Amino acid sequence: MSDRTPGICMQGRAPRIHHEGLRAGDSMTDRVNDFVIKIATVNGTGSASANTLLMKSIFRSGIPVMGKNYFPSNIQGLPTWYEIRVTRDGHVARSGRVDIMVAMNAETYSRDVKEVAPGGYLLYDSTWPRPALLRRDDITVIGVPLAQLCNESFSGVRTRILMKNICYAGVLAALLDLDLEQIRKLLGETYSKKPQLVESNMRAIQLGYDYAKQHFACPLPLRIERMNATAGHIMIDGNTAAALGCVYAGATVAAWYPITPSTSLMDAFKGFCDRLRTDPQTGRKSFAFIQAEDELAAIGMVIGASWNGARAFTATSGPGISLMSEFLGLAYYAEVPAVLFDIQRVGPSTGMPTRTQQGDILACAYASHGDTRHVCLYPANPEECFYMAAQAFDLAERLQTPVIVLSDLDIGMNDWMCPDLKWDDAYRPDRGKVLGPEELAKIEKFYRFLDRDGDGIAARTLPGVDPKAAYFARGSGHTQYGTYTEDATEYQIVLDRLLKKWETAKTLVPRPLIETHPGADAAIVSVGSCEGAVREALDVLAAQGVTLDYLRVRAFPFGKEVDQFLAAHRLVFVVEQNRDAQLRSLLTLETAVEKSKLRSLLHYNGLPVSSSFIVDGVLAELRGAQAGARATPVAGLGGVPGAGLGATSGRAGQAAQPASAGDAAAAGTNAPPRVERSAAGGHS
Amino acid sequence: MTYLAKPKVHHPSLPKNALGLTRRDYEGANSTLCAGCGHDSITAALIEACWQLSLPPQNVVKLSGIGCSSKTTAYFVGGGHGFNAVHGRMPSIATGASAANRRLTYIGVSGDGDTLSIGLGQFCHAIRRNIDMLYVIENNGVYGLTKGQFSASADVGTKAKRGEVNQQPPIDPVLLALSLGATFVARSFSGDKAQLVPLLMAGIRHKGFALIDVLSPCVTFNDHEGSTKSYLYTREHYEPAVNVDFIPIEREITAQYAEGEALPVVMHDGSRIVLRKIDASHDPTSRSAAAAHVQERMKAGEYLTGLLYVEPSESDFHALNQTPDEPLNAIPYERLSPGAKALEKILARYR
Repeated sequence: MSDRTPGICMQGRAPRIHHEGLRAGDSMTDRVNDFVIKIATVNGTGSASANTLLMKSIFRSGIPVMGKNYFPSNIQGLPTWYEIRVTRDGHVARSGRVDIMVAMNAETYSRDVKEVAPGGYLLYDSTWPRPALLRRDDITVIGVPLAQLCNESFSGVRTRILMKNICYAGVLAALLDLDLEQIRKLLGETYSKKPQLVESNMRAIQLGYDYAKQHFACPLPLRIERMNATAGHIMIDGNTAAALGCVYAGATVAAWYPITPSTSLMDAFKGFCDRLRTDPQTGRKSFAFIQAEDELAAIGMVIGASWNGARAFTATSGPGISLMSEFLGLAYYAEVPAVLFDIQRVGPSTGMPTRTQQGDILACAYASHGDTRHVCLYPANPEECFYMAAQAFDLAERLQTPVIVLSDLDIGMNDWMCPDLKWDDAYRPDRGKVLGPEELAKIEKFYRFLDRDGDGIAARTLPGVDPKAAYFARGSGHTQYGTYTEDATEYQIVLDRLLKKWETAKTLVPRPLIETHPGADAAIVSVGSCEGAVREALDVLAAQGVTLDYLRVRAFPFGKEVDQFLAAHRLVFVVEQNRDAQLRSLLTLETAVEKSKLRSLLHYNGLPVSSSFIVDGVLAELRGAQAGARATPVAGLGGVPGAGLGATSGRAGQAAQPASAGDAAAAGTNAPPRVERSAAGGHS
Repeated sequence: MTYLAKPKVHHPSLPKNALGLTRRDYEGANSTLCAGCGHDSITAALIEACWQLSLPPQNVVKLSGIGCSSKTTAYFVGGGHGFNAVHGRMPSIATGASAANRRLTYIGVSGDGDTLSIGLGQFCHAIRRNIDMLYVIENNGVYGLTKGQFSASADVGTKAKRGEVNQQPPIDPVLLALSLGATFVARSFSGDKAQLVPLLMAGIRHKGFALIDVLSPCVTFNDHEGSTKSYLYTREHYEPAVNVDFIPIEREITAQYAEGEALPVVMHDGSRIVLRKIDASHDPTSRSAAAAHVQERMKAGEYLTGLLYVEPSESDFHALNQTPDEPLNAIPYERLSPGAKALEKILARYR
């Protein structure tokens, strides 16, 4: 963009907005395919279509892209944001900065304008000029009279509002040099059944596009240049991917109670099954889809169906996990398979239903009263949601126990770029130890809870096969022979066998993902959707001379590799998205790790964690450790300064980045990254 | 002593059903309930009904929640699987189990506490979904295992063992089921086996949700003077309105009924229930009339019993969900997976 780019003068009425801060090309020169657009709108005004359109057209141009939706728990009228990160390096997390703000919601102008990084741009609807409010000396303000353009070209209040939002996509297309034909093609796909909508949307796009071309020097230095880095990839959300995984795993019974952000998983499952599992001749459906009266019933239906030999699952979120807990205890003790997807959202209580968090790690691991532990899987992205969905059914049936897949709103409801999902047609479900008629014919008597193989897993039977196979599934005390008991010894035999089964589970669950570097003795341990931000942070830190190893837990129980990794490092940052350091707590409870080694980096404001948050947190901790060591050695930090990080730590302090303005502003708080020291207490 | 198996001594002269099985083959573990408990009589009636229907024992699935009543599923049809759910949530287990395999016979046994308090929601929704099952409430008006608290079915004015008088109006499962659209609603008394057995048989064969509320006095906590669910009170105040004869499809119809006195209802599988009206003013084919009559007699302190409402139904849970005749748990994986090729096509939408 040239330094003469004017703010918009709408028919001579609006005052000219000056941008003293504009320094064309300054720090923006090498930002081709590497910048962040944030779009502030009002929900229920059609902006979602515009945002998806923008993101998809960038993706179709061969450029890796990330899209994140920050939406309210509301139908219409509240502020909503969409963040598009154009990332030629293929990052999948938030960077923590905003380069272009599309401010379409006057209500949030003041906070939106603050969020733009110095040298960035702000696009707004100058039909109603707001020079004072939007003034910032270090950014470029671009005004386009969107409402006016649309009011002149479209009729009807609703249409005008919708078109205004499509119109900004046209402006961005001009500013970023997006391919209009590509956009037309995408619209054609979206509205294949309503071709008239393609035309009207295209008209709005063209209005914005032409206006920008006429009034500004297009494109901006932040722009799109076609790449070829998205071949073999898709843009998909985790809930859709998980639903597909359930279809491919052969799930036939799905029961759930609607709750954000899990509902789209069930909707997707039903959508796929309606198309793929409905007999075209008879209309009969080879699946049962049950909207339950509550989560108590949803999990009961899953347990009932799984007990009876179907692959059944439910999807829920935190409040649902609370309600399902009693039944989960029964399924654990009565040894009934069940698959649950917990699409985590912000808690406690109702919390912020449309924001993301990893706040159910502990609740899921130990859901229900008494000695109970559940197998948990932690996908990091939609790709893993797909594969882990299938794996969850195999594990649940092999281990005859509930398996909880802990996704979150960020993974579940945002579109992520991932490699094409693949399916091996040779796959056959692992139904575990289920005795059929032939096996039953060979045995004289069947005992439901007897460990014949020494792996803690007893064989089960299904109703309807043989009177000999009958047993009583119960949550009350039972013997290994399946009968009711209140006998101390008999009760304990079963409980101890369940522990043995837990040990077997450790050998079956997905192994952690581990990356090590020679000489590094500090590391990051993380979980789930932190993955993208952690990976980027590791790169940024490495570029600054701080080399850290990395482990991402992918399942609970942890298994020996996690223990070994923790033992092999002197300092471990545990990055997770909750306040109470739940993963760290689980690690201290379930491994032999020395608590003082673990430093938590906790992000829990409801937005997905950004890479800069982690970089800042790590560097702050290292600086703090150095400073502390110079004065008096700090308990719990051992010999960390310098030596702990090899030759690199000296430079870490100097290379510290400024704290991200984006995170704090987006969250509406000024909360600094919270670094919790285990030595100082923390969660215990 | 449920862990002590009953010795199975088959006397050669014991009568056999169509499967060649005797009544003993439909028994379960020994009851651990109090001597004289009404629930044990219901268990005996269930054994009789299953035997008479010649149900293959392995095809009987017994479901229950928590409470004295819920223990009884261990005491009949030992050759069928049982599931003791958490308190009040047997209907959801039954729903899932039935979804997985529609070919089995589902018998749920619950109590008034399990159904009408903690499980009220699930009970209502199982009726709405018309799950194909027999749902028996063993109704004694008290919580037995926790020693005699009133349940939600306790009548106003009934007296607890310790003298406390119940002031809260009861929830009546029969009226509730009628209002929710249940297609088979009956009430009976554990002490009236002649009435109960055919009702159970008809309820088992009914396609859809069949409710039988069985008054079943608690000898330990609710059989005293002043209780409205004692043996004495129930015997004095129960009024058979419509009794039934159940004629399975397999059996030839020999009995002749004079018109007006008996009304045959043909069930989905061709079996018949013959309604025998005892109380001429009760109409078991009209939902609203039946409800009004039950309510009217209840005000007078009387329990109207028998098959109070019946409507042969076709649209059970599976019909509504358009599931195939083949049980979902038996569909081979090859027919459930769309395959790798289809996945490529599906992904086109996400490019």
